[in-house]
Amino acid sequence: MLDIAVSYNQYKFLGYEFLTWLWFIMENQQEILKKSDKELVSLDIGNRIVLENNKTDSIESITIKGDKAGLEEGILSLQKGAVVTELNLIYKAGNNEWRFNIKGESLDISSLKTPETGPVETKEDIEAALLEKVFLYEKIFILMNNLYKQFISLRVTGIWEKNVVPSIKKWIAS
Amino acid sequence: MGLLSSSVSVTRYKVKGNLEKPVLEKVYNGLIQNAIPEIDDDHLEKIVGWTSFENPYVPAFEDSSFVIGPYLVFSMRLDKKSIPPKVIQKHYAIEMAKQLEKSGRQYLSRNEKKSIKDHVIDVLSLRIPATPNIYDLIWNMEESWLWFFSNLKAANEEFETLFSKSFKLSPIRLFPYTTANLMSGLSDADQDLLLQLSPTKFTE
Repeated sequence: MLDIAVSYNQYKFLGYEFLTWLWFIMENQQEILKKSDKELVSLDIGNRIVLENNKTDSIESITIKGDKAGLEEGILSLQKGAVVTELNLIYKAGNNEWRFNIKGESLDISSLKTPETGPVETKEDIEAALLEKVFLYEKIFILMNNLYKQFISLRVTGIWEKNVVPSIKKWIAS
Repeated sequence: MGLLSSSVSVTRYKVKGNLEKPVLEKVYNGLIQNAIPEIDDDHLEKIVGWTSFENPYVPAFEDSSFVIGPYLVFSMRLDKKSIPPKVIQKHYAIEMAKQLEKSGRQYLSRNEKKSIKDHVIDVLSLRIPATPNIYDLIWNMEESWLWFFSNLKAANEEFETLFSKSFKLSPIRLFPYTTANLMSGLSDADQDLLLQLSPTKFTE
């Protein structure tokens, strides 16, 4: 395995491409999402998209905020050569809803809000609440792992350049 | 930000290596030997160590109190004394004036000034209590994964050093390359292809 610090910087583009691909499949190939999580009802963009354009010598960062974050502005940035570096996502399964941010360069999850859990009043409650929280956090990590696994298995094969990239280009151009 | 908070930030790790048996005893020893000491009556400006999840201000690990279901749950505490720069400035000026008067000179050398500043910080460090920052973690030994409840770079770096020192195991942060390498089930041939990848252009 490569040195950790070197590989972090050298391959962070994979995280940006993953989020760009994720946005594309959320819009166009919902069946891939369902394949990653049988209980998934929906996975949508929440209130924040961050994009970065590294096309020229300088790095341009574009942040789109607000409920139903302006997808048109995001697409416009993609058209100018930007990639997605951070997404706020809303995941629904059954009647429950999770919200979280995912950062492309690190795949770190932040501001993760799970469905509400029971109150903690006694010492015994802590153990039960903790196990419940772990189960709820794990739902997001498993979903993201499965999606990343699908992305990377496409990315290392010819399917990426032959089929996926042309479809994403077509979507961006439309 | 605690594990049970309404909103959390998580950095995920893969733990490389195995603990010798008896495993829980090894973990217990690692926690006890590296538990956080109090520095309020000390000159130290910063200290890091383990503490218990349920009672982080009184670090004590009773037997296997850190085992919850299939998980090991404990916290890292990072205590830091932050002396406001203006307070240092004030006491430095007072001390400088005293020294000038005592010596009868008009100026002090660079070394004398540095020594006065160090002394001032030392004295203030004894008077100012350390601010504790608590970061929970959950470790599934059977599946070799660990979640650290913070994305702060400094906290993650402190955690990685403390964890390696305490348990002689390497926590590997899961980011795009390591997730592809360790978690995606790629064949050896695909691993080679992964190393050769370069950024895709989505526009002409």
